Amino acid sequence: MAEVEETLKRIQAHKGVIGTIVVNAEGIPIRTTLDNSTTVQYAGLLHQLAMKARSTVRDIDPQNDLTFLRIRSKKHEIMVAPDKDYLLIVIQNPSE
Amino acid sequence: MFTDESLDVVGFQSSWKKSHGQTQDSKTSQTVPVHTAEAETQVRSVVSNSTQTDPSESLNDQLTLHLDLSAEPPGLRDFLHRVEDLVIQELVKNSKSHAFDGYEVNWTDQHETVSCLFRLGFCEAQDRGLQVTSVSWNCTGSVIVCAFGRVDDGDWSTERSYVCTWNLDRRRVNPKQPDMVIETATPVMSVSFHPLRPSLIAGGLYSGEVMVWDTSRTQDPVLAQTGMCSNTHKEPVYEVKWVPGPRRGEMLVVSACSGGRVLRWSVDGAEGKLILTSGFALIRQQLPLSRSANRVRGDTAIGVTSLALSPWDTDMFLVGTEGGLVLKCSFSSQTVAAVPSDGESVTLHAPAQFSFSPRAGPIQSLHFSPFHRNLFVSVGTDGLAHVHSVLQPAPLLSLRVSDSYVFGARWSPVRPLVFVAVTGQGVLQVFDLGQKCLRPVATIEQDTGAQSALCVEFNQQQLLAVGNADGTVNIWQLSGEFTEQQPRENAILQQLADDVPE
Repeated sequence: MAEVEETLKRIQAHKGVIGTIVVNAEGIPIRTTLDNSTTVQYAGLLHQLAMKARSTVRDIDPQNDLTFLRIRSKKHEIMVAPDKDYLLIVIQNPSE
Repeated sequence: MFTDESLDVVGFQSSWKKSHGQTQDSKTSQTVPVHTAEAETQVRSVVSNSTQTDPSESLNDQLTLHLDLSAEPPGLRDFLHRVEDLVIQELVKNSKSHAFDGYEVNWTDQHETVSCLFRLGFCEAQDRGLQVTSVSWNCTGSVIVCAFGRVDDGDWSTERSYVCTWNLDRRRVNPKQPDMVIETATPVMSVSFHPLRPSLIAGGLYSGEVMVWDTSRTQDPVLAQTGMCSNTHKEPVYEVKWVPGPRRGEMLVVSACSGGRVLRWSVDGAEGKLILTSGFALIRQQLPLSRSANRVRGDTAIGVTSLALSPWDTDMFLVGTEGGLVLKCSFSSQTVAAVPSDGESVTLHAPAQFSFSPRAGPIQSLHFSPFHRNLFVSVGTDGLAHVHSVLQPAPLLSLRVSDSYVFGARWSPVRPLVFVAVTGQGVLQVFDLGQKCLRPVATIEQDTGAQSALCVEFNQQQLLAVGNADGTVNIWQLSGEFTEQQPRENAILQQLADDVPE
């Protein structure tokens, strides 16, 4: 039970990590360390983007598949680990 | 022979009467009777429906609902097991990586060079040799107001002067013809646009009066004024600013003069008056002077030459004085100032709480960093710019700006480590604290004929307005290196603020 929370805590404890969100297949956040409105925004947008990225990869080569998505911005790095049922989103400030 | 004869009456029927006899006939007629019938109808089934939205707190519960720890979605644990190592590996790699340091994407066209967009001037003011003493942008960043006055003339003067506005977003800007010219009775020492309402301008006059103009009123732009009453300043008003008032959305005008008074006014537009709500007086005996500051020469009156408001703490303000002191002050001070009343209708308080290490000349400009709540920059006639933390008396950095006076300094609204300063030689200096050396990273010569530049102000579009002693206002567009935030800038600023000098 607490194992899930333990894992999230371990990830959250890393240097520069701002937030961790777990999103289910419908794009609904089920675990988060951020506030509600930020979580909903990140979850909705990144779920869409991850689905789009996956279909892009598979359209280029049907034998291929998305394994990890990283977005580098001026302020943050957003990492998305996809799976058939869930997405793990980690937002990091790498310059911290 | 004639005898009476009586004849029998002969009767006969009149045939005339009979032939003209009216024939009469009698007929009857009737309408068909109206049929009436009664019927009843009724629906036999009734449906009632109701609907209601969830109260907002139960909507917010949506997430906490899922966070209910007892209901762990199936497979979540396995999923996290699978991705944890990968994610942590990437996080560690990322925090150590310098692959993106200094990497910039060119999304927009960079302004390669610093360029002067406009050189604004008003002939009548320039002909009379008036100087631009103060500039301010309105809240949308499109209108600039400039005040004409004098800083080179200590005499009491009653010459007329002007406040002019230009809207730079117009298609055809005429730099020689302001959109609006407001005439004033005495020279204007300071102007400030309202932070929310784009048409209100507060101004401080040489005579000590404080005015509020509304540029949307074309007939008589004066919205409110103090007049020459006993409440107002007796000395030139060097700074006016807008501060949030006690009621929500209300803005008060705060004004500071060289007589050592800082007054707060509420604007009564209906009466056309500025009403004094609170006042502060600076006096030498009540200053929290450190030992080193006691050496400062000076009169008992502490003339205020500059004032800065903190964007983080509405109670705190800084004043810079003629004697070279920088004082941290509080609007909520309750200490009564030990000064004889000049006829003010409110009790004057002594606001000073803390004094920073003194400087060798008047403090001409103060500005709080928009990126760190403790940092501010101060410049004065000693030619130095000091970067201070409000927590310690000694400056964090001392930078040589110019061999002559420095009249104005402002932090960049986008680059946390960059500030600009204008000098008595009319030069605009740009400093970048991220650089190793403490010399200006850019020196922009203005075509002012070696006359001073007296004031400087940024707007949101990062245009820079510099007001000069030759009566012109130059609008500068800085190059991309000064308008694009670099990575780690905030972190370096934080480090700088935490630095404790030996």
